[in-house]
Amino acid sequence: MKKYSLYILLPAFIVISILAMVNEIRKGHTLYHEEWAHAGVVAHSPEEYPAVFDFDPLAGLQTNAGEIHLPPPPLQKETWPCSQCHDKDTSNPERRVLSAAHEEIVLKHDEEHRWCLDCHDFADRDKLHLASGEKVSFEESYRLCGQCHGPTYRDWRLGIHGRRTGYWNGSKSYLLCVHCHSPHEPKFKPLTPLPPPLRPEFLRGQDSAKETQ
Amino acid sequence: MSDLNNRNLKPAAADSEPGMPRRDFLKAAAGTLATLALSGCTKEAIEAFLQKHFQELSPEELKTVVARLERECQEKQGVKVSISTKAAAPGVLFGAGLDLSRCIGCRRCVYGCVKENNLSRNHQIQWIRVLEQEKAKGVNLEDANPYYDPKEVPREGYFYIPVSCQHCRRPPCVKVCPVKATWSEPDGIVVVDYNWCIGCRCCMSACPYGARHFNWGTPSVPSKHLNPRMHYFGNRPRPRGVVEKCTFCIQRTREGRYPACVEACPVGARKFGNLLDRKSEIRQIMERKRVFVLKAELNTQPTFYYFYSL
Ligand code: HEC
Ligand code: HEC
Ligand code: HEC
Ligand code: HEC
Repeated sequence: MKKYSLYILLPAFIVISILAMVNEIRKGHTLYHEEWAHAGVVAHSPEEYPAVFDFDPLAGLQTNAGEIHLPPPPLQKETWPCSQCHDKDTSNPERRVLSAAHEEIVLKHDEEHRWCLDCHDFADRDKLHLASGEKVSFEESYRLCGQCHGPTYRDWRLGIHGRRTGYWNGSKSYLLCVHCHSPHEPKFKPLTPLPPPLRPEFLRGQDSAKETQ
Repeated sequence: MSDLNNRNLKPAAADSEPGMPRRDFLKAAAGTLATLALSGCTKEAIEAFLQKHFQELSPEELKTVVARLERECQEKQGVKVSISTKAAAPGVLFGAGLDLSRCIGCRRCVYGCVKENNLSRNHQIQWIRVLEQEKAKGVNLEDANPYYDPKEVPREGYFYIPVSCQHCRRPPCVKVCPVKATWSEPDGIVVVDYNWCIGCRCCMSACPYGARHFNWGTPSVPSKHLNPRMHYFGNRPRPRGVVEKCTFCIQRTREGRYPACVEACPVGARKFGNLLDRKSEIRQIMERKRVFVLKAELNTQPTFYYFYSL
């Protein structure tokens, strides 16, 4: 009898352990962050997001000699130069709600203490000005930001804040503060994340390459 | 910093003699193979099979190997590619930085890496994995979630930890490789020779960061999306059955460029540079910010530093 019970018990034990393992794996993956159970089911490739990768990190870099390149400020063509509308006579130093132009500009940047002309020059609208009254061009807007954000500005100059592209041992391109922060609403805008990786149980037989070929 | 200056720069794996027994065996087997050749194996296949360990190849031999690989890739993909074998520059030890107070988990780096490194699109492999973690829980890789998929990131109350190869200076993966198909180069990059890897995946289980990936299927990249600028240890086409991982974009960084992930990051959280150069960004960060490495208790000594800039 003993002998036979072994014949039954052993396979039963093996079957149960296998089932338990399979179940554990399955459960593991569904339980694992149930909130996102729908995610990671389909493979995605970078070709589906051409806009994200549509930039040339070496743009504007001539040589490999170690110079620093600052890309042009992201000014809109329609409003540049500002002097096409603004001159001394049309300018108005009063703090008010703008209605005739620039309605889309919302100040969310310490707005209680700030008005446009703290940064934009009253007389020469094509320039910004520092607290000292020194005029700076839009190409150097980081100096304006640096007045009030000293530590961040220092970090930016050292390459700790902001982004550099190009050559780690040579010429680099630094993004300006205003490429990432709108000066009027500087909080970094949230982004839509690219899709999550494929879960291991779906790895087989997925062919995102076909779609993009 | 003293740690950096006193450190013996030579990686442990580089000075031992790799792969000898297998080579002797191969020599003995060569005769048999010659016979096989008559019976139908192509010359290319035999050449590939008889290729020596990378570190034993003479410059001429290396040239023929690279020419063969380029030819193979061209035949398969119909695109002209160039495979560099550029060696590490003296006085360079690469280091990467990642600013956890900036990263928003947008995964731009993941896909930028896929694009640059010709990562398989059909049998998906991604060298970078971004983990979402509750702020209250702190940095804890085991408990974090790679599958988050909200409409917008960052999510309130969460932070994000991108993880890829940490390019350890004491890499456990190198130690366990039974055929010495992976080692650290003098500039700190831990490389895999896809032609030497036997696919045993010991390195994968040894890696505490889950940074190594196995080609279960034949990896494929549509020809028009293939990045033709390749490096032997980097983004050249991999065969099925080998292990691959982040190479610090060796095809870029050995040419002086930044890795693709650094340039793809919209928030500027990723940093890269030469740890031996006092003026490099990465050294500035080490001197001014609180940097730490993942799983420091394992003493793997990563060259990938995480930090908070706030
Ligand atoms: C199409 C014409 C036009 C252009 C171009 C233009 N502005 Fe204006 N701007 C106006 C008008 C009109 C007002 C007054 C709006 C009001 O009072 O409601 C104004 C008001 C302003 C004000 C508020 C202070 C003041 O003087 O009234 C600032 C600051 C300003 N503009 C900055 C700029 C800057 C900087 C540029 C260039 C980037 C620019 N503008 C380009 C038409 C223009
Ligand atoms: C904190 C300083 C600051 C304040 C306050 C400020 N601006 Fe600006 N503004 C800038 C900077 C810097 C730029 C340049 C952005 C760039 O380079 O693209 C700019 C750009 C502009 C532009 C051109 C926008 C474009 O996209 O081409 C207009 C118009 C403008 N500001 C109007 C205003 C008005 C109107 C106000 C007040 C309601 C105002 N600004 C308040 C700093 C400021
Ligand atoms: C006159 C001083 C001043 C100048 C000039 C200035 N800022 Fe600010 N900024 C502030 C103050 C004060 C705050 C904090 C109050 C707030 O969050 O609204 C702030 C907040 C910020 C924040 C954090 C926003 C948030 O909600 O997290 C960013 C980013 C920023 N500024 C970027 C810039 C940039 C870029 C420039 C240059 C175009 C600039 N600042 C110029 C005073 C200034
Ligand atoms: C590559 C994009 C990028 C560039 C360039 C950049 N920043 Fe930021 N900055 C960020 C991100 C991302 C944050 C964090 C998100 C947020 O709070 O808005 C941030 C945060 C800030 C903050 C909020 C305080 C903090 O440290 O979190 C300030 C102030 C700031 N930046 C100022 C600047 C200034 C000044 C410059 C230029 C000298 C600059 N930034 C350039 C991306 C950038």
